[in-house]
Amino acid sequence: MNEMIKRDNDSLLRDAEAFIWAEADMLDRQDYDAWLALWSEEGFYTLPIGDGEDFANTLNLCHDDAKMRRDRIARFQQGFSISSAPPARTIRTVSRFVIDEVEGDEVTVRCAEHLIEDKFGRQRIWAANLSYTLIVTPGGFKIRHKVARLLNSDGMLNSFSYLF
Amino acid sequence: MNSQNKIDITPHELVFKDHIRTPMYEDPRLFEEEMQKIFKKTWVWVAHESEFPEKGSFRLSQVGLEPVIVVRDRKGAIHVMVNRCRHRAATVCEVKKGKTSSFQCPYHGWGYGLDGSLRALPYPEQYGDDFDKAQHGLLKLRTESYAGMVFATFNEEAEPLVDFLGPVTKWIDLFMKQGAGYPVKVLGEHQFSVPMNWKVQLENTTDAYHFPVVHKSFLQSLDDETEEVFSFLDQGKGYVEDLGNGHSVMVMIPELVDLDDNLEAPIPERFTELARELRDEGYPDEQVRRIVRAVGGAGFNLNLFPNVSFSLAFFRVLTPVNVERTDIRHIAIGMDGGPEAANQVRLRLHEHFQGPMGFGSPDDAEVWERIQRGVKGGAELPILLNRGLVDEQPGEVGPRGHISAETGMRAAYDMWKRMMQA
Repeated sequence: MNEMIKRDNDSLLRDAEAFIWAEADMLDRQDYDAWLALWSEEGFYTLPIGDGEDFANTLNLCHDDAKMRRDRIARFQQGFSISSAPPARTIRTVSRFVIDEVEGDEVTVRCAEHLIEDKFGRQRIWAANLSYTLIVTPGGFKIRHKVARLLNSDGMLNSFSYLF
Repeated sequence: MNSQNKIDITPHELVFKDHIRTPMYEDPRLFEEEMQKIFKKTWVWVAHESEFPEKGSFRLSQVGLEPVIVVRDRKGAIHVMVNRCRHRAATVCEVKKGKTSSFQCPYHGWGYGLDGSLRALPYPEQYGDDFDKAQHGLLKLRTESYAGMVFATFNEEAEPLVDFLGPVTKWIDLFMKQGAGYPVKVLGEHQFSVPMNWKVQLENTTDAYHFPVVHKSFLQSLDDETEEVFSFLDQGKGYVEDLGNGHSVMVMIPELVDLDDNLEAPIPERFTELARELRDEGYPDEQVRRIVRAVGGAGFNLNLFPNVSFSLAFFRVLTPVNVERTDIRHIAIGMDGGPEAANQVRLRLHEHFQGPMGFGSPDDAEVWERIQRGVKGGAELPILLNRGLVDEQPGEVGPRGHISAETGMRAAYDMWKRMMQA
């Protein structure tokens, strides 16, 4: 591989990792205003059920446009939702980053997420494949699409008071 | 669990007109009895016909604690049978949903037809000449359907399904009008498990009282007009009525009981975009109005004993797991062959409220779990069931109470007592 391109790809991967790590940190700290600012207005945040890709025409756990993202965060923050006041606390790690595609200003990255939640003195473990479509902007990355596919998305789940 | 063991668990010591007693939610002996006397005896909902539309299509389901296969045979007849090989008891199917020509046990290769009959087994000679394959089919349940809803029972003596449903059938017909002229089809489902007794779930679909409290954050996410529609407790126009056999109906939005009525009403703001889209696609005005009126669902919850509800725009199914755990399915429905844009609206509405990431279900799940945690204390205290007795009146079928009355729960517990005492 051309040394220059390899260095560019390495640095793109490092930038993407840093961005997704920072996002994971925001979500664990419930710094949701900062999280909302990571998004491109036309973006979608999707937790699908099963393996499909046609999110618009199938039932998902959520398929949020900008308004739904803002409403979801407002629900978390306003204190009227019993399941999110207080929410389960979470600690997550993201790892196994792979850049799938770079095209124009768009970068597609995927990685693994392990999350442990704690509430009512019990802990639950979740695993998900995350896939990001990021846009490169002068101010850094913005999220155009994030798909968090739980390992058991079509199985028996519990209710979630946080984001993946 | 210590003090509860002192409480008598015979049914008439647990269920009263105005309260029930703590063991109802947490006594494992009672749970075992319920599985035998209720789930083995009555009609239990297992599937909607659109989930296995073709010959050879099947889906797995449960009748109480027992795993079953629901399948359509080559002639289109529906069979429900226990998912257990007659040889050494292994499940013969672990694919949740699909299409097949037969079911084969993975252990020794016994093969069963779509009707459950034993077709073939390897090296049969070791069973001798008098081995009768006809006596070794999968264990079958009686199966009947109404309006696409498939029910099964282990009880050969159970009354016909339509008699069990009785006046409920009229309400099912009304509910299915949300197909807007198209057949109702399952679009997907949310599944989540909650640490609660199954009867907490049975009660909830007929409990309007909790709605403005538990679902305040959902209401806040609606536009003003829609929030008004969902403020049925303030409006006080609705009611709950006992429909017999443990079933009940809770009318929340009376103007949306019959979706074929009042088609000339103004189109709600939240559906104006959909109406424009449908008109642009060439749907005639009358059909646009019919679809848009139906797209948000019917104005009532129909609660069937013991495991299924028709709730506004979806089916809600409960499966008991143990005395303190219940699995819930929220099944999204839409128009089979209807406009994609309208089904997309239905899907997004379902995601908005229902399921693990909804704006409603997680708050429900939290309070249900809090009940299961709460009953650990004060076992001698009653769980109140008296709301709305104060002005309950005879309705068309049974007692009818205020929209927030516990009339539907009383109906379910009457049936519970009847079955548990049988």
